Amino acid sequence: MRLEPRTDATLATTLAYPAAAFVLTLLVAAFLALIAGANPFAVLFQVLKGAAGSQFALLETLTRATPLIFTGLSIAVAFRAKLWNIGAEAQLYAGAVATVLLGTGLLPLPAPLLIPLLMLAAVLGGALLLLGPAALKIRLGVDEVVTTLLLNFVILLVVSYLLEGPLKDPMGMGWPQSKRVIADAQLPRLIQGKRLHFGFVLALASAVAVWLIMTRTTLGYAMRAVGANPQAARFSGIPVNRVLVWTALLAGGLAGLAGFSEVAGLKGNLTLDLSSNYGMSGIVVAMLAMLHPLGVVVSAVFVAGVFVGADAMSRAAGVPSYIADVMVATALLTMVTAIMLSRHRVRWR
Amino acid sequence: MTGQTGAGAEIVLRLDGITKRFGALTANDAISLTLRRGEVVALLGENGAGKTTLMNILFGHYVADEGGISVFGAPLPPGDPSAALRAGIGMVHQHFTLAEQMTVLENIILGTESLLAPRSATATARARILGLGRDFGLEVDPDATITALSVGERQRVEILKALYRDAHILILDEPTAVLTPRETEALFGTLKRLVAGGLSIIFISHKLHEVKAAAGRVVVLRGGRLAGERIAAEATEAELAELMVGSAVPVLEIEPASPGPVLLALDNVSARASRGSQRLVDASLALHAGEITGVAGVSGNGQSVLAGVIEGMVAPDAGRLVVADVPVEAWSPEIALRQGIGRIPEDRHATGMIADMSVTENVVSERYREPRFSRRGLMDWSAARRFAASLIAAYEVKCPSPDMRVRLLSGGNMQKLILGRALDGAPRIILANQPTRGLDVGAVAYVQARLLDARRRGAAILLISEDLDEVLSMADRVVVMSQGRLSRPVARGALSTAEIGAMMAGRNMGATPTGEMVHAA
Repeated sequence: MRLEPRTDATLATTLAYPAAAFVLTLLVAAFLALIAGANPFAVLFQVLKGAAGSQFALLETLTRATPLIFTGLSIAVAFRAKLWNIGAEAQLYAGAVATVLLGTGLLPLPAPLLIPLLMLAAVLGGALLLLGPAALKIRLGVDEVVTTLLLNFVILLVVSYLLEGPLKDPMGMGWPQSKRVIADAQLPRLIQGKRLHFGFVLALASAVAVWLIMTRTTLGYAMRAVGANPQAARFSGIPVNRVLVWTALLAGGLAGLAGFSEVAGLKGNLTLDLSSNYGMSGIVVAMLAMLHPLGVVVSAVFVAGVFVGADAMSRAAGVPSYIADVMVATALLTMVTAIMLSRHRVRWR
Repeated sequence: MTGQTGAGAEIVLRLDGITKRFGALTANDAISLTLRRGEVVALLGENGAGKTTLMNILFGHYVADEGGISVFGAPLPPGDPSAALRAGIGMVHQHFTLAEQMTVLENIILGTESLLAPRSATATARARILGLGRDFGLEVDPDATITALSVGERQRVEILKALYRDAHILILDEPTAVLTPRETEALFGTLKRLVAGGLSIIFISHKLHEVKAAAGRVVVLRGGRLAGERIAAEATEAELAELMVGSAVPVLEIEPASPGPVLLALDNVSARASRGSQRLVDASLALHAGEITGVAGVSGNGQSVLAGVIEGMVAPDAGRLVVADVPVEAWSPEIALRQGIGRIPEDRHATGMIADMSVTENVVSERYREPRFSRRGLMDWSAARRFAASLIAAYEVKCPSPDMRVRLLSGGNMQKLILGRALDGAPRIILANQPTRGLDVGAVAYVQARLLDARRRGAAILLISEDLDEVLSMADRVVVMSQGRLSRPVARGALSTAEIGAMMAGRNMGATPTGEMVHAA
């Protein structure tokens, strides 16, 4: 079996394969629902209803999508330059720790000053955390997949220590949690009394900003060139190592913002379950979006919707919400295959 | 046993009128060849003469347009590599195909056993490998990991691999290219024992003295055609060299050079490729304004490193670079560009272009930070696009839009873009490394004409090419490269092609490869 690049890709084939991928994903989910003893149509309907069937459902989906947009952007930036950052989870926590360190009363500033300052701190926290693996890769050729992946565990242990020690909330009844950030450090809610917060707007703005960086700036151009062919980039005089450092700072910073947004916008404090694996899900989000910054918004909403919808469906239909994991995983596999097939022709020999 | 031509012996392999065309290029033109039991036939030719294509057809990697192959009298089905293996043909590639982390034994039996076999018969395999090693002078420890072996030992493993699969016909592709002289001697000893044991061997090479030492018959290819066939013992090296490189060199209409000052000089530069074994040893070279210096040589003799040094991709280990009388301190592609060196790289796909980016994005890659394409970190894509469109027009690139992905361009059009990018801004020094490789005749003429234009306006040009005809027709002075060393420059026409062919094969390089620059009048 051989793959040959398609030179005659039409709009029809470009759309047909992803559409087929979507249908296949639904079929797999329906099959699983059948095994679980439920009516597949009812289950899929409940997932859809739970994700977007009401104002509450929709807002919940967007709330859940917010950190995924940040981590998805982080991954999209890094992977575009072929910096294989598997540590967005750790960078998210680094951003959250920075937010809590400065936002729980250390800096008694008004919101218009404090919030940008906290964002900057969170960006720096995440960025510096990825700078180490990037420097090791550049200087010593250490595989960043290994270093960033393992840093996830290290950082979780550090956070665990901080929450049991220096950052522990004295009023927290012994729970491993930090103090709450002060009122001036909190992001406003977008709708009074609902959970959707200003972090979602920041996420959308970040997506647009990243898109502009990738397409309009010399840095974005250099990042794409380094990712597409490092040797040719070096030959052309593009400073490959410097570009990788900037990529690491940008990608780490975006993941750090996810931590800031979750603390300052939603949870108010830092706990060990601040992230429901948003770092890893960010990889799925970015891959589904084919690393396109604006596509990340769409795929983050899709992934968040599947999870939120599956939770609701689980309560209503009694089918385990694990089906959400399967749906997202299937969507990723089928979509990646579909994209490959829409660009290549398969030759059997 | 060498020299045994096996005149009366059974014919084991017959290639009959093999023709293979790639578009306009005819890589093999009606080539016929026979191989008898117990003989070594050398296949001699320059790069691009069609040796590799012929062997790829034999192995079923390509299907010939015309002609047929028979092995032991039975026709070989075309396009089926496993059929060639089953028929008893074994090949030892120039670049070894060994799993480095595995042992010798594991490498040899890899793929010979069913995946479903409960356990592999290592004991019998080990005994057989040791036996083959004793019989043919191929002793290797079966339990050593490949990483622990020298290059010569690795080659023995490759030969053992073929023998283990009961190969009766062994094809060795440039087997001595990577070997030390002593290892080469040992290999020749092995070859003698193998043919004495009834095997037949095709030995691909471009080194004349080795061909004479190891082979019984020599078949010479040139430009895809059979140039001649000689009994090795009776042919002289000069005769073989002339067959290999031909004698008629097409003459380009070139006005005599009017060389100016030295624009780039290498002073006793030594360097090593970051990957691979190629080296540049103590090389001195001066490029004059308005003059083309050609580097002739069989590929793999250090040309890539020489080019890498000038491109900025390889930093010299020793010696110094002098650009327009100023010695350079640091060296990188960025600095090379700033010094006004226009570069045409050897491999347009790997180094020259970013295949998945657009024409526009590719042509600005060397200058995207200049004010004409970006201000304060913001790209001016409309200016870049205009620049791409102007290059497309000026260099006659066939391409519908500057937004097209470079992957979809033909090799010739890609090369024209690279040429346009390199020559933009009238660089004072130009490195052209294999500028016409793989191009059709029209594109070749176009690229050569542009390089001559650059010479006319006073650029100092270094032309590295595997195509000896190209070097001899374009260059004002020629240096020959062999095993990392540069010969003294000679004026065009001062030496015959046969003499240069002999120098390329490592002969008569002169005692002073690093000697003072002799400027050709």
